[in-house]
Amino acid sequence: MGVFTIYFFDREGTCLFYHEWSRPKPVKLGAGTPGDDQKMLFGLFFQLKVFAAAMDPKGKPNAQLGAPTRIGESCSFHSFTTDLYKLHFAESPSGLKIVLTTDPTVGDMRESMAYIYSYIYVECVVKNPMYSPGQPFRFETFTTQLNDFIQSLGLLQ
Amino acid sequence: METMNAEIFTLTYGSMVRQLLVDTEDVEEVNKQLDKMGYNIGVRLIDEFLAKSKINKCVDFRDSAEKLAKVGFKMFLNTTASVTSWNAEGTECSLILEDNPMTDFVELPEGCSRKLRYCNLLCGVIRGALRMVNLNVSCNFVQDVLWDDPVSELRLKLISTGAENYPFKDDD
Repeated sequence: MGVFTIYFFDREGTCLFYHEWSRPKPVKLGAGTPGDDQKMLFGLFFQLKVFAAAMDPKGKPNAQLGAPTRIGESCSFHSFTTDLYKLHFAESPSGLKIVLTTDPTVGDMRESMAYIYSYIYVECVVKNPMYSPGQPFRFETFTTQLNDFIQSLGLLQ
Repeated sequence: METMNAEIFTLTYGSMVRQLLVDTEDVEEVNKQLDKMGYNIGVRLIDEFLAKSKINKCVDFRDSAEKLAKVGFKMFLNTTASVTSWNAEGTECSLILEDNPMTDFVELPEGCSRKLRYCNLLCGVIRGALRMVNLNVSCNFVQDVLWDDPVSELRLKLISTGAENYPFKDDD
């Protein structure tokens, strides 16, 4: 099994969508509740981005640790790997954040995540009249297309 | 990108504005409603714009305004706008629409000139879309071909740029 979970967050930290293909260790034994799980994950990548920007040896000299960054400013990370899983992160300038957790052996997913954003999220969610911005969504076409896409990458068995 | 018949769009928009005029019987209210509708469109439209244009970063407001005028208007209205009349601080500019497909076949009812901002939807769209990339702007029509001005001019004013703040408080 190559892929574990996917999360979509908006800028306000709302988890818009969550799906798990495989999660051998249940949330109950990790963060506790799904709500806490999502919030902790948001905190993790948010702070990681802040640290990554603060450690940047090349960027603007005035970017201090912890200082809020503007969109388009500073850098971001794309993924991190632990010995048990890999977390992929993508963010659009409009504030949508996609987090995908996979097996550590999975390669670069940046293009795939851009595809998920451009062709699956935009087409099935943003253009869906039932979607109200800022609210969690669950649409069958979206889930199906996401599943098919992940399957086509050969990440599902 | 998918295209649609411009005339259908123009006529649909026209009949919507007309219906709003009938329903609310107040020109100011129509302007407000159009702006609100536009805002809600813009909030969504930005994602499609970003997805299709593959634009990732704009370095500053000038750059954003250029992209909006050259790429945004091209993509959604098949026209372009020129960005002129910058103020010294680079926070205000004018978008000049030489050709606005939304105003084809349109005549304003009597007494509406200088009052009804027929294309106010556009202002809302711009405001909503830029809001999503953390640019708070105000946008207004100052000239309109429908008011017998030579061009349509949108005045765009940057109010503030937001930062990416952590949305949760430490104790919740």
